[in-house]
Amino acid sequence: MTMTTTAKQPSAFGNIARSNTAVGLFFMLPAAVFLLCFLTYPLGLGVWLGFTDTTIGRDGIFIGLENYQALARDSVFWMAVYNTIFYTLIASILKFGLGLWLALILNEHLPFKSFFRAIILLPWVVPTVLSALAFWWIYDAQFSIISWSLMKLGWIHSPINFLGDPNNARASVIAANVWRGIPFVAISLLAGLQTIPQSLHEAASLDGATGWQRFRFITLPMLTPIIAVVMTFSVLFTFTDFQLIYVLTKGGPVNATHLMATLSFQRGIPGGQLGEGAAIAVAMIPFLLASILFSFFGLQRRKWQQGGQD
Amino acid sequence: MASVEFANVRKSFGTHPVIKGVDIEIADGEFVILVGPSGCGKSTLLRMLAGLENISAGEIKIGGKVVNNLAPKERDIAMVFQNYALYPHMTVADNMAFSLKLKGAPKSEVDKRVKPAAEILGLSPLLDRFPRQLSGGQRQRVAMGRAIVRDPQVFLFDEPLSNLDAKLRVAMRAEIKELHQRLKTTTVYVTHDQIEAMTMADKIVVMHDGLVEQIGAPLELYDEPANLFVASFIGSPAMNMIKGKLDPNDGLKFTTEKGVVLPVAKAPQSAKGRTLIYGLRPEHMTIADGGIPAEVVVIEPTGSETQMIMRVGGDLVTGVFHQRISAKPGETVGLSIHAEATYLFDAETGKRLA
Repeated sequence: MTMTTTAKQPSAFGNIARSNTAVGLFFMLPAAVFLLCFLTYPLGLGVWLGFTDTTIGRDGIFIGLENYQALARDSVFWMAVYNTIFYTLIASILKFGLGLWLALILNEHLPFKSFFRAIILLPWVVPTVLSALAFWWIYDAQFSIISWSLMKLGWIHSPINFLGDPNNARASVIAANVWRGIPFVAISLLAGLQTIPQSLHEAASLDGATGWQRFRFITLPMLTPIIAVVMTFSVLFTFTDFQLIYVLTKGGPVNATHLMATLSFQRGIPGGQLGEGAAIAVAMIPFLLASILFSFFGLQRRKWQQGGQD
Repeated sequence: MASVEFANVRKSFGTHPVIKGVDIEIADGEFVILVGPSGCGKSTLLRMLAGLENISAGEIKIGGKVVNNLAPKERDIAMVFQNYALYPHMTVADNMAFSLKLKGAPKSEVDKRVKPAAEILGLSPLLDRFPRQLSGGQRQRVAMGRAIVRDPQVFLFDEPLSNLDAKLRVAMRAEIKELHQRLKTTTVYVTHDQIEAMTMADKIVVMHDGLVEQIGAPLELYDEPANLFVASFIGSPAMNMIKGKLDPNDGLKFTTEKGVVLPVAKAPQSAKGRTLIYGLRPEHMTIADGGIPAEVVVIEPTGSETQMIMRVGGDLVTGVFHQRISAKPGETVGLSIHAEATYLFDAETGKRLA
C-alpha cells in the first residue's frame, strides 16, 4: 500500500531525470561549453574589435561604424573584395569541373584504381605551407621549372614573370589553389558517384540513352545534393584562403592578389590596426552566409529525396 | 515482337566459365522462364540477351538478327530489374516517359503512350509521385510500365518479384501473366522460385551450373523430369529421393539401403542389379492398412491437405495427403505407393531411367 502511494508521488528531481528533454540538454552541455569557449567567444571578440579602434598594445574604444566607413572609401579594400570574389569564382569553377572529371574517370574500371584513388589525395594531405613553398619554386622568376621547360622547347625566349605581373600572379595563385583543392572535390564526388546504383545506368542504356545522356539525366541530377555540399565547402575554403597567398605573394604585386583574409591579417597584425583588420574579417561574413544560404535553399532541397507521403 | 535464339552461348568471367554452352529457342510471343538455383548463370544469360554483358562465344539472335555486337539500346528490348531501377529523381510519369523523351517524341505522343500504360497497371493516380513515395508493389508496376511504354520486341524480367512479400508476389504473378496474355510480347523471365516458373511460364528452362538441364512446358517438366536435378528442383514439396538397388532378377523390386522394398511399375533391362535413386512425389502415396510401415515424424495440417514427414526404414519421406490424418508423431501408419508414378534415376549420372 505505502509502496504504491510513494510510487505515485515522484520527486521533482525524479521528474526531471525522467524527462528526455532535460537529459538531452544535460548531455549537450559539454559540447555547448566547448563551442561557446572556442567558437562563439573568438567570433564575438572579432565582431566587437571591428567596432573599436584597438591597435596592438592599446585597448581601443567603441567607435561605431567608423572602421567600415573608412573601408568603404578604401580602394585597396575594394580591390581585395574583388580579388576574393574573382579568386573564389574562378578557382571553384575549375575545381568543380576538373574534380568532377577526375571523379568520373576514377569511377570507371581502371587498372590500379585504388592506387590512383590514394595518390589523388596527396595534394590535399600535404600541409598547405609546404605545397605553397613548392609552388613558390615552380613560379620562381629565374628558376621556374615551367619557364625552363618551355624555353628548352623553344616556345618562349625569356622566363615567365609568374608572380611579378598582376594578372600572371592572379592566375598563378588560382592554379595553385585549384591543384590543392581538386582532391577534396574529386574524392567527395567519387563517393557520391558510387552511391548511384549501376542498375540505373543499365536501365537508362536500355531505354536508349547515350553516354552523354546518361550523364546528363541520371548522374548529374543524382549528384546534385552532394555537389551542393561539396561546392559549399569548397567555396568557403577558397573564400577564406590565407596560407597559399601569404607564402606565394603576400598579397603583391601592388595588392593584385590580396584577398580579404590576407588584407585583414596584414592590417591587423603587422600593421597593428587590430580594429580595422577585424572589420575586414567581419566584412567576409555576409559573403560566406550568402553562399551557405544559396546552397541550402537553392541546391540541396530536392523533393525526390524527402520520401514519405507527398 | 520477335523470336529469340541462343546458339551455343558461352560466357567466362576471366578464366572462370559461367555459361558453358547454352542453346534455347524462344518462339515469337512465348513466355519463357529461366529457373535455377543461385549462381546457375540464369541472370547472366538474361543480361547477355539485354546487352549488359558481352558474349564470350556463340550467338544470340533477336528476331532472326544476330545481336552479339549491338549496344543495349539498339536491341529494342525492355527490362524490369530486380531492384526496379526506377530513376529516383523523376516522377512516375517521367520514369515511364524517359525512353520516349530520349527519342525526342512530342508531348502528345508521350501522353498517348504513357496514359494507357498507366491505366493498364492502375498507376493513373500516382503519375506525379516520386518512386520513394510508392510501395514495393507500386514500384514494381512502374518498372513494368516503363517497359510497356517502350513497346519492345522482347520483355526481360530479372527476378522481379523477389523483393515483394509473399501475398503481393502471388498477386503480381497473376498480373504479369495477364499482362502477357494481353500484350503477347515475347518475354524472358528469370527466377529462382520454381512456383513462379510453374505458374507463369509457357516454357521453362531449368538451368544448373551454367548448363541447361531441361526445357519444356511446366507440367512436362513435372511429369517427365530428365534427370535428378530437374526432378528435385521442380515441385513443392520436393520429390523424395531414396537410394537403393534394383533386384538383379526381378526388375520390379527396389530395395532401399535400409532393406525396405518399394514397388516399381517398369524398369529397363539394363537397370537390373544396379544402384539407383528411387524418386517418389509426395502426392503419389496414400495411407492404407497393410501398406509399407512408416513412422510419423512431423505432421503439418494445412486444412485442405495434410503434409507428413515419415521415416520409412531409415529414410525420411515426405507425403501430401488430401485427407485429415489423426496419427500422432511416433505412431506407425501404412503407406501405399502408386508404383506407376515412381521414377528411377541413375545414381552416378543422375539420368532418368524410368
